[in-house]
Amino acid sequence: MSLDSLLFQAVNGLASASGLFLVAAGLSVIFGVTRIVNMAHGSFYMLGLYIAVTLAPLLGEHLGGAAGFWGGIAGATLAVALLGAAVERVLLRRLYNAPELYQLLATFALLLIINDAALFLWGPEDILGPRAPGLSGSVELLGRRLPQYDVFLALIGPVVLVGLHLLLTRTRFGRLIRAATQDREMVAALGINEALLFTAVFALGAGIAGFGGALQMAREPASLSLDLSVLGEAFVVVVVGGMGSIKGAYLAAVLVAEVKALCTALGVIEIAGYTFNMSWLTLVAEFLVMAVVLVLRPHGLFGRALAATKAGEAEPPLLPLDRRGRALVLAAILLFAAMPLIGMFFRYAPVLALDMVIAALFAASLHFVMGPGGMASFGHAAYFGLGAYGTAFAATQLGLSTPLAFATGIGTAAAGAALFGWFCVRLEGVYFTMLTLAFAQIVWSIVYQWEDVTGGSNGLFGVWPDWPFDSRAGLYLAALAVALGGLALLRRIVFAPFGLALRAGRDSRLRAEASGIPVARVRWLSFALAGTLCGAAGGLFAFAKGSISPEAISVGRSIDGLVMVLLGGVQSLMGPLLGAGAFTLLQDTVMRETDYWRALLGLVILVLVLLFPFGIAGGLRRVARLRRAGGAR
Amino acid sequence: MTASPVPTAMAPMLEIDGLDAWYGEAQILFGLSLTVGRGEAVALVGRNGAGKSTTLKAIIGLARRRARRLALRGADIAALPTHAIARLGVGYVPEDRRIFTELTVAENLDLGRRTGASDAAPRGPRWSVEEVVALFPNLGGMLDRPGGQMSGGEQQMLSVARALMGDPALLLLDEPSEGVAPIVVEQMIDALLRLKASGLSLLISEQNSALCEAICERAYLIEQGELRWQGAMDGLAAASETAGIFGKI
Amino acid sequence: MSAPSPVLAVRGIAKSYGGVRALDGVSFEIAAGELLALIGPNGAGKSTCFNIVNGQLRPDAGTVHILGRDVTGLPPRRIAGLGVGRTFQVAAVFPSMTALENVQMALIAARRGVFGFWHPARRIAREEALALLEQTGMGAQAERPAAALAYGDVKRLELAMALAGEPKLLLMDEPTAGMAAGERREMIALVRRLTRARGLAVLFTEHSMDVVFGHADRAIVLARGRLIADGPVDAVRRDPLVREVYLGGTRPGREARP
Repeated sequence: MSLDSLLFQAVNGLASASGLFLVAAGLSVIFGVTRIVNMAHGSFYMLGLYIAVTLAPLLGEHLGGAAGFWGGIAGATLAVALLGAAVERVLLRRLYNAPELYQLLATFALLLIINDAALFLWGPEDILGPRAPGLSGSVELLGRRLPQYDVFLALIGPVVLVGLHLLLTRTRFGRLIRAATQDREMVAALGINEALLFTAVFALGAGIAGFGGALQMAREPASLSLDLSVLGEAFVVVVVGGMGSIKGAYLAAVLVAEVKALCTALGVIEIAGYTFNMSWLTLVAEFLVMAVVLVLRPHGLFGRALAATKAGEAEPPLLPLDRRGRALVLAAILLFAAMPLIGMFFRYAPVLALDMVIAALFAASLHFVMGPGGMASFGHAAYFGLGAYGTAFAATQLGLSTPLAFATGIGTAAAGAALFGWFCVRLEGVYFTMLTLAFAQIVWSIVYQWEDVTGGSNGLFGVWPDWPFDSRAGLYLAALAVALGGLALLRRIVFAPFGLALRAGRDSRLRAEASGIPVARVRWLSFALAGTLCGAAGGLFAFAKGSISPEAISVGRSIDGLVMVLLGGVQSLMGPLLGAGAFTLLQDTVMRETDYWRALLGLVILVLVLLFPFGIAGGLRRVARLRRAGGAR
Repeated sequence: MTASPVPTAMAPMLEIDGLDAWYGEAQILFGLSLTVGRGEAVALVGRNGAGKSTTLKAIIGLARRRARRLALRGADIAALPTHAIARLGVGYVPEDRRIFTELTVAENLDLGRRTGASDAAPRGPRWSVEEVVALFPNLGGMLDRPGGQMSGGEQQMLSVARALMGDPALLLLDEPSEGVAPIVVEQMIDALLRLKASGLSLLISEQNSALCEAICERAYLIEQGELRWQGAMDGLAAASETAGIFGKI
Repeated sequence: MSAPSPVLAVRGIAKSYGGVRALDGVSFEIAAGELLALIGPNGAGKSTCFNIVNGQLRPDAGTVHILGRDVTGLPPRRIAGLGVGRTFQVAAVFPSMTALENVQMALIAARRGVFGFWHPARRIAREEALALLEQTGMGAQAERPAAALAYGDVKRLELAMALAGEPKLLLMDEPTAGMAAGERREMIALVRRLTRARGLAVLFTEHSMDVVFGHADRAIVLARGRLIADGPVDAVRRDPLVREVYLGGTRPGREARP
């Protein structure tokens, strides 16, 4: 590696940092005022790029290349800002008083819908944009030629940073944003039209992200995977820089982008006869940057502790099952145990039942951290994936027996959850959520790129269990036993002192600490435990499908889990199980039939969040209560 | 009688009839009725959780509410959003002061200032920064200081001053003496007496009998969201002593 | 045998924030069975002083001894483990649990039983929890969810939880804040009774002068980070310096009325 290539990569890094900064800054501004972490923010970036690559050639035909290019960027920025305003008016406005988790899920639903809309409008292929007229050449610096456009992009970041700073400190609009960031009710009570301010802020944040995306026109193609990858990186930047700090966002973007650029500059190196492509180290490096910053400054470089966020109404006290409940559970267990027999008449039933059993363990383990633990993880699929890949790798590459391979998978998930959990539980609220998502994104990228071990995008094949699990009934009954064991364990723990302490830490960290409960340790342990059981679900999944691909570890899979929990009802222990069953049924029937299943899932989420916030279990409980009240009258 | 859309000269400053209000899902107020005359100072007393803060929030539109009548100078405000009510001349001084701690004192005052020629609705007396500083001299020396670096008493003064910058005709004060040193309470009493003398109407939620007795003519006692007693300030002590709510310990 | 050491001894503590002295050489002691009020204007250093004693802040100088043991700089959780109970200005309890479960949780934590994974918590320390609820007048509400309790009852529940660790020292941040006069009277009388019965030392901050002068044994007054008075409440009430910087008295105030 020469000094030349290092410089080249450094400028390249600054250019990437600008794009990343624009997304993170928009995210921060919106969060500051609305207190919503906009999961669809990467989608605005992606849309900016798609609109720009569409608009630039169109305008170019009439106005000439240069006007087309810059007009395309301006048009895309404006279009995305307007879309942002529309989204705020139609959707976000209904969410301001909703619990945090629902805001996250609803904006994630938006991400899914926008992604399918882009698929519908632009098709699945990547689209290349025109190069920047007048900036397609290169400049000489220290004898090295650097692309002009990269230098231009590297400068845009600081320009926007200064512009935003002036906007926030020198204008009344900026003062309003800062005041509303602290106390929006009070802003309204002073006679300021708060609704209009929110729309304007959301349009501003969306526009900045769209601008960031449009600027990438000359550097990278528009692609449907950009929304999530950019979102994951923006979360890393925001967590490192500190939520709400524009300055922090820029510094963190530079830090992350430069570390990545450095790893790319290292290129392919040889150590002890093995060839390493250092470029995949970029992911590990990103993780290390984040880890170091979070250990030293838990709220990021310039961040501060967030005020306590609303978690909705306190859930009613958890009660053990009554006699009828126990009878119902027993009946359900017997029904599932009899599934191999039922399969003689309905061939598809055992397959569906196995999917349901695995989903139930997955959802219940997620519920354990987000219900009693109060920690909404958007990256739970990471541990599902680690369990699945660990199992598959041990079974195929290492040739271990089925129980040993399964144990290896569980161990892998446990180690991953213990490592990531140690960082995550130090954070609260949306910080926690963003970090779990960022970790899951990193795990996904590693799996995707580490072909020697994981098979890359193809995954691992031929994961078949050996005797006595090699028959359909054998595997199913074993999976049922494992899942029931896991579910029983979780339930037992929720009612044990540890579970009570977990809920105590969620309800009031202040009181829990003052009573002598080691809240951080309790949370860490619960996170690791949930990850371990989730890994078991992943291991079962690998054997059930016979193969495993990166899809099982994707953020989408994490969201599936959240939807299951929500569908069932987060305030109930049985909810996630009902939700897992209902979701699996939905997935295996309706969603298989359409190319636009993401949008469909998005709509399901929106309906749930806006209309049935307490899920199936909550709905059933309400019906029962109404009936009791009716009977008493 | 229905509310006329135009403020009338004769109507009282604030008329509330049959007010229900909610905090989240829980209903806090049940059919509350009260009136504040022009230039009158009225106390709203009751134990914590009785619904005093919710009453003020319902008036300014920060709590979900429903009323047979909710009118400011005869104009119906029941369907208006918070900012529109504020622009009609209602100043709100919340519990806990709610100063913008990141902004300086001057910036806090600036945000309270009414802007735009478009809202020419009749309000109360006009205020400038110099005038509010004359009322609270402590603020004068700290205009460039961030709100977060002020003492609780100074923040309380800033909160009142900020509300005055919007030229209100009616000032809603939520526990202006809570958590404030006795000496600052005395200064606050002096300032509020001067505001009252200038013609402002005041609705004060309080647990401090000294402040109410010094300023208010009439009082409403609420308990569990319902009106329990109303009358002249003198009668309150007897009424509330039996209820065990107000006064000395 | 020497005289029993004070439950809490604070010696010469100081704390600065960015060059501003928030607390400057403050010393005081509390004996068992004593109710000590910490008062003073806002920004005088009351919170800083309180948070140094409970471990949330580490002082720049000086020491804090509890029952003769140096606890300066220990984290709150360790100080809780040494027999220090706390209540907060805005009462903090666990709203998703019943009142009984709240106290059971506090008892379990005090006995270091948090890492129990098997036996149902419902059956642990039930009788003791009920007894504590009885003592604070909450016996009838044991099975109600904490979220459904009236605020005054939440404060009582919090007190029961603070007592679960059998503390020798109770730190109460504005124990009667947000309560009406009648409730304040009952609350402070309850604290008074428990102090006597259990030989507790209580340090509390308070804005209600009626509570301070009506019920505390002794008061210490902070102003601009310094201790300007320490003595029986009647002496402190008459202290000219205290009147000047804190109490006022030019207007016929509450204490001047019959």
